[in-house]
Amino acid sequence: MINKIPPDLPFQKGGGSQVNPDGGSMSLLSLLPKRTENNVGVSPKRVETSALSFESEKSQSIGVVKTQYFHFAQPPDELTLECGEKLGPITVAYETYGTLNDQRSNAILIVHALSGDAHAAGFHEGDVKPGWWDDMIGPGKAFDTDRYFVICSNVLGGCKGTTGPCSVNPKTGRKYGLDFPIISISDMVNVQKRLVGHLKIERLLSVAGGSMGGMQALEWLIRHRDRLGSAIVIATAVKHSSQQIAFHEVGRQAIMADPHWKDGHYYGSLPPAKGLAVARMVGHITYMSDVSMAEKFGRHPGEEKLHKFSAGSEVEDYLQARGNHFVKRFDANSYLYITRAIDSFDPSRGKDLYEVFRGIKARVLVLAFKSDWLYPASQSREIVRACKLAGVDTTYCEIDSTYGHDAFLLEVEEETHLIKHFLQRVFYQQGTTGGNEVREYEI
Amino acid sequence: MRYDLLRLDYRVILEWIETGSSVLDLGCGDGDLLSWLVKEKDLRAQGIEINEQAICRCVARGLSVFHDDIDHGLSEYGDMSFDCVILNQTLQQVRKLDEALQEALRVGREVIVGFPNFAHYFARIQIFFRGKTPVTPSLPYEWHDTPNLHFLSISDFVGYCRKRNIEIKKSAFISEKRTITIFPNVFAQAGLFLISR
Repeated sequence: MINKIPPDLPFQKGGGSQVNPDGGSMSLLSLLPKRTENNVGVSPKRVETSALSFESEKSQSIGVVKTQYFHFAQPPDELTLECGEKLGPITVAYETYGTLNDQRSNAILIVHALSGDAHAAGFHEGDVKPGWWDDMIGPGKAFDTDRYFVICSNVLGGCKGTTGPCSVNPKTGRKYGLDFPIISISDMVNVQKRLVGHLKIERLLSVAGGSMGGMQALEWLIRHRDRLGSAIVIATAVKHSSQQIAFHEVGRQAIMADPHWKDGHYYGSLPPAKGLAVARMVGHITYMSDVSMAEKFGRHPGEEKLHKFSAGSEVEDYLQARGNHFVKRFDANSYLYITRAIDSFDPSRGKDLYEVFRGIKARVLVLAFKSDWLYPASQSREIVRACKLAGVDTTYCEIDSTYGHDAFLLEVEEETHLIKHFLQRVFYQQGTTGGNEVREYEI
Repeated sequence: MRYDLLRLDYRVILEWIETGSSVLDLGCGDGDLLSWLVKEKDLRAQGIEINEQAICRCVARGLSVFHDDIDHGLSEYGDMSFDCVILNQTLQQVRKLDEALQEALRVGREVIVGFPNFAHYFARIQIFFRGKTPVTPSLPYEWHDTPNLHFLSISDFVGYCRKRNIEIKKSAFISEKRTITIFPNVFAQAGLFLISR
């Protein structure tokens, strides 16, 4: 029997072929009760095996968008960082999409990954390429701008408009370089909190992000739990493993080994492009999977090769191209500061994670991808386990994808379905205290 | 969905569950039962399901679900974490049945178990006269494509509970459209039990 699916859901009914018990022609069989198709009494649990068919909804781009800037922490009211140092003034580059409702209750903060920026969706004037998560943000999309007010800002320490090591240090009149203080995920989130306050939003409907964005979403969930209704935590970890730190360290060493790096004070002269490109190449290797690489790259024997030792694989050209492209848009020092912030992220601060999670009323959606070996599903399950123990209302799905860590940017269909419905529930149930409210119970 | 059109086993479970309680549905499938219970009984509900597409459907219904295996998904919960743990039409598909049931009884104050009755007369006739593995409305699979790992009868389960010192608080035996009161092990297509330690 096929379980009934309400007609309003975007699923196709299918599969569920009936088995025919009447194989023989014995006369006794006619005495047996006939199987009824509309059996409402007892039916075994059966999950449809047909592929999900997601309704192709009319979703479109939000069109031309503009980055805005928020300035705060003017001396003497500088922001105190986790490391104890003070930083100010701070500029935050951010973009918003959609309209804030009268109750100011439909705001969603999107938090970006290592190399992301405030430009998450739509097009900048004259650009052909949309923002980095345009597939997910816009009218009718997962983060539906017809319904929600979406905010995305560049992180502290970044190089896309928010104060970072390539910003001018007001004390010296020169760019910070390595004089920029060490920052953490928690500092990034504190800056976002100030931005949200500046936009006069008391409570966010959700904070959502993948990879480093997932870490920021976790930090929001833990430190500012009363200020958000939900968190969407995608392909991330609560603490970097040695392997994850190792890949970052190779990138950092490559940058610092570049003679153009000059202890971080390369501004005004040639940047450490070679080092940063190698760092990016290592990154790209970890973002893909064995399968996605095999599908994407072939060999081109006989053609012109990159260098004498090239094996003539397209992966070499790809990495070279990604690396060279990256140095045009990213600052090497930002790469050092941000990877360091990711590597030292540990919101449990020595406690058990479930203890830190206890009392969280926000709903949580955790997503992981099967082929992601950089942030393996086991790390997401660790987060889910803590949610279970702490009694946090959580949904977890491990999406079957071959894209590796990149999946969080590419598995649009399934993510859209899950996020859209998850947000709908949070949006329509916010403020209500019903049976679904998370009750705390002792372990 | 109208109450009178609701599957009979759902109706029985609905009656057994207290309003406002916390419920864990193991192998919640598309969330059919759980979404109904949430609507009617104002529950704090959590599902565990292994099938990714089923999880998508649960999320569309506003349910909270974990992508996990019933054989492993419970160990992380503390004792008595839920008022009720439901294993409806999943018990027979669990690999380590003994362990899973003990875990369910640890995690929930009460456990509701529902399973197809292998000793239903229709199944008996098919085995006896045709010499074939029975295919019935409650056991619709052929021997080679069944997800069921355990084939148990109502008598089997009652005996099992006695052997394991599990208290049977309530029971219901159902066929297609009605509950069965006489000779349930012969006439009921499924058994439903409310048990506790």
